[in-house]
Amino acid sequence: MADMTLEKTKMPEQAPDVRNKNFLEVAQGYTPELAEKESHRCLGCKNPRCVEGCPVNVPIPEFIGHIQKGDLEGAYNALSRANALPAVCGRVCPQENQCEGKCVRGIRGESVGIGRLERFVADWALEQGVANTDKAPANGHKVAVVGSGPAGLTCAGELARMGYAVTVYEAFHVAGGVLSYGIPEFRLPKSIVEKEVDKLRTLGVDIELDMVIGKVLSVDELFEMGFEAVFIGSGAGLPQFMKIPGESLVGVFSANEYLTRVNLMKAYKPDSATPVYKSRKVAVLGGGNVAMDAARCAKRLGADVHIVYRRGEAELPARAEEVHHAREEGIRFDLLCNPVEILGDEKGRVKSMRVIRMELGEPDASGRRRPVPIEGSELEMEVDTVIVAIGTSPNPLIRSTTPGLEANKRGCVITDETGATSREGVFCGGDAATGAATVILAMGAGKTAAKSIDEYIKSK
Amino acid sequence: MPEKYEIVTKKVLTPDISSISVYAPLIARKARAGQFIILRATDGGERIPLTVSSVSGELVTVVYQKVGDSTMTLDELAEGECLCDFVGPLGEPTPTEGVKRAAVVGGGLGCAIALPVAKALHDAGAKVDLIGGFRTKDIVILEDEMRSACDELTICTDDGSYGYAGFTTGKLEELLKAGERYDRVYAIGPLVMMKFVCKLTERYDIPTIVSMNPIMIDGTGMCGCCRVTVDGEVKFACVDGPDFDGHKIDFDETIARAATYKEFEQRRRAEHKCRLEGMNNG
Repeated sequence: MADMTLEKTKMPEQAPDVRNKNFLEVAQGYTPELAEKESHRCLGCKNPRCVEGCPVNVPIPEFIGHIQKGDLEGAYNALSRANALPAVCGRVCPQENQCEGKCVRGIRGESVGIGRLERFVADWALEQGVANTDKAPANGHKVAVVGSGPAGLTCAGELARMGYAVTVYEAFHVAGGVLSYGIPEFRLPKSIVEKEVDKLRTLGVDIELDMVIGKVLSVDELFEMGFEAVFIGSGAGLPQFMKIPGESLVGVFSANEYLTRVNLMKAYKPDSATPVYKSRKVAVLGGGNVAMDAARCAKRLGADVHIVYRRGEAELPARAEEVHHAREEGIRFDLLCNPVEILGDEKGRVKSMRVIRMELGEPDASGRRRPVPIEGSELEMEVDTVIVAIGTSPNPLIRSTTPGLEANKRGCVITDETGATSREGVFCGGDAATGAATVILAMGAGKTAAKSIDEYIKSK
Repeated sequence: MPEKYEIVTKKVLTPDISSISVYAPLIARKARAGQFIILRATDGGERIPLTVSSVSGELVTVVYQKVGDSTMTLDELAEGECLCDFVGPLGEPTPTEGVKRAAVVGGGLGCAIALPVAKALHDAGAKVDLIGGFRTKDIVILEDEMRSACDELTICTDDGSYGYAGFTTGKLEELLKAGERYDRVYAIGPLVMMKFVCKLTERYDIPTIVSMNPIMIDGTGMCGCCRVTVDGEVKFACVDGPDFDGHKIDFDETIARAATYKEFEQRRRAEHKCRLEGMNNG
C-alpha cells in the first residue's frame, strides 16, 4: 500500500545562516530511512508519465520499486542504465519541470521526490564503489568527443557501453565542463563530479585534458587520426556583457570568470593560488541559475549581495528552489531594476552603479512581459563589484576552424533532431547547439547523438 | 623520449628570469610567433599564460620572470621534472605578412616574445631593427639570439650601463628622426613602454602592433577576464589577440585592470618568501 502523505519527505539542509558562510553542500541527502519512506509514495504507475518527462528516460518507477524492496544495487543498475551521471542529475536537474512535473501525485499534493531518490541511490553507489560496467565487446571503431561537460560525458558513456573506443578532449585541466567550473561546490560537490567521471574512465573512456580543439587539433585532424565520427559538446562558454559604460572597470566580472575562480580554481580556500576579488557590496546582474550561483558564492565570501534583475519576481528564470535558497541566505533582490552605467573611482575601480526602475509592459517575443524603463526613476547604488550573469553563447573556436560546419546567427551549431550537423560524421548537442540551457537537456542530446553516431558508423 | 610536459632544458638567464623548454609535440607543431600557452606548474597551482618564445622540434620554450608566488613555484621545478599542465597554442599569431621594413621593440621579459616576432619577419625577408630595453646591463637577456633574428640590434639600458643609454622609445625616436620609415612597429613589453611607443609612432603615423598580456584564466574566451577596449569595442585578448592595433588600445584601462589583484599578489609573494626563508633556516 502506497504512502499517501501529501508532502514530499523533507531532505535535511544546512541552516541558512550557517551555510551562507561555508561552501559545504546545502542539501545533505536522504538517509536510508528517509529514502525508503519517500519511495513508498510512488504509485508505480503502469503508464509512467514521469519517464516521458525525463530527457534521458530514466525508468523511474522501476528504480524506485527497487528502493521500496531495499534493493539499492538493483535501483542503481536501473538508474545508471539510462543516466550516465545520476549523482549530478539528482542534484541539479530542474525536476519540477520534468519528471516530477509530470508525476500524478503532484495533482493533489506534492510529486514524489524523484530527484532526491535519484541522488540517494547514486550517492549510495559512489560510497559503496558499486559501478555498472555492462558494456558490449569492443567493436573496433573510434569516436572523438569534444568537451567533457554533461553532453560530452553522456555521449561518451553511451558509446563506450556500445563497444566504441571513445576519446574525450577537454580544454581545461579538469574534466566536467560546467559541472566543474560553473556549478558551485555547495550545490554540486566536485568530489561527486570526479567520481562520476572516474566511472566513465572505468568504462574505458579516455579523457585527454588540456586539449583545446580548434587550436591544438582541428576537427579535420581528428578524422585524419582515425576517428570515424566527432561529437561536439563544447557548451556555451562565451560570456555576454551588458554593453553599458563602465563594464571594463576593475571589479566587473562575468559570472563565468567569478565562478571559475571560485569553483574550478578553488579561490574560496584561504591557501588558493588563484585570487578572487575581495568585495564588500556586490550587484549580480541577471535572474537565472547562474546569477543565483554567483550571488551565493559572493555571499559566502563575505559580501552584501544584491540580485539586480530588469523583470519581476514571476519572470525570474532561475529555479524557484534556487531563488528560495538565495533569499534564505540573505541575498537581496532588486527586481524591475536595470543597470544603466557602472561608475569608477580615480583608480579605475567600481564605486557605484546607476540603475533605472522598470515596469512591465506588453508580452515580448519570449512571451514574458517586456520591461519598460520608468522615466526619471534613475538612482545610484553604491557597490564595489558587479558580476554580469545575463547569459552565455557558444564559443566560436570550433565552428571557425571547421569548414562546412554551419551555425545560426546566435553562433549555435545547426543540427537535425538526431544531432547530425552540416558536416558528415560531425554531430553536436547540448549548449553548443541550443545556446545556454540545462545539464539534463545537454545529457539528453548527448544520448541521442550517441545513438545517431552508432547508426551512422554501422551504415558506412 | 621525454615525458609529457617535461622540462627538458632550463636556463637561468638572470637571477629573476629563466627559460624552460617543455616537451609538447602537438603544441610545437602548431605554435606560431605571438601565440601563447597556459601552464600550471603543480596541481592546485594558478593557470599562468606565457607567450611562446621559440619552438625547436618537439620542444616549446617559454621565458618567465619570478614576479609572484606562482612563478616562484614554477621556478622550483628542475630539468627532468614535469609541469602539471601545458595548454596551447592559444590566441592568434602575430600578423607579419606584407611587412618589408619593421622595428620590433622589446622591453625586459618582453624581449623573449619580441624575439620570435623579429625572427618571423626576418625569415620572411623583412629588414628588421630590433630594440631591446632593460633596466641595467646585468639583466640583459637573449642578446645573441636577438642579434641573429634581425638586421640591426640595439640594446638599451635605462641607467646607461650598456648599449644605448635611455629608454627604447628614445632609440626608436632617433631612428625615426633619422628618416627610417617602417611599414610597421611591433612593441612587446611593459604596458607603460607599449603606451609610449604607441604615442610616438602615432605622431609618425606608423601602424603599431602591441602584444597584450592581461590577467587570464582559461585562455579560450570563456571568462572574459582578459578584456581590453580597442577602438571603443571590448575584445578578449585570449582569442581576439593577444596582438592589437596599439593606436586603438585604451592603455590606462588596461593598466588599471592589470592591478586588479595587486594586494593578493603582494601578500602571496611575501608568504612565499617566508616559506623559502623558513626552509633555509630550518
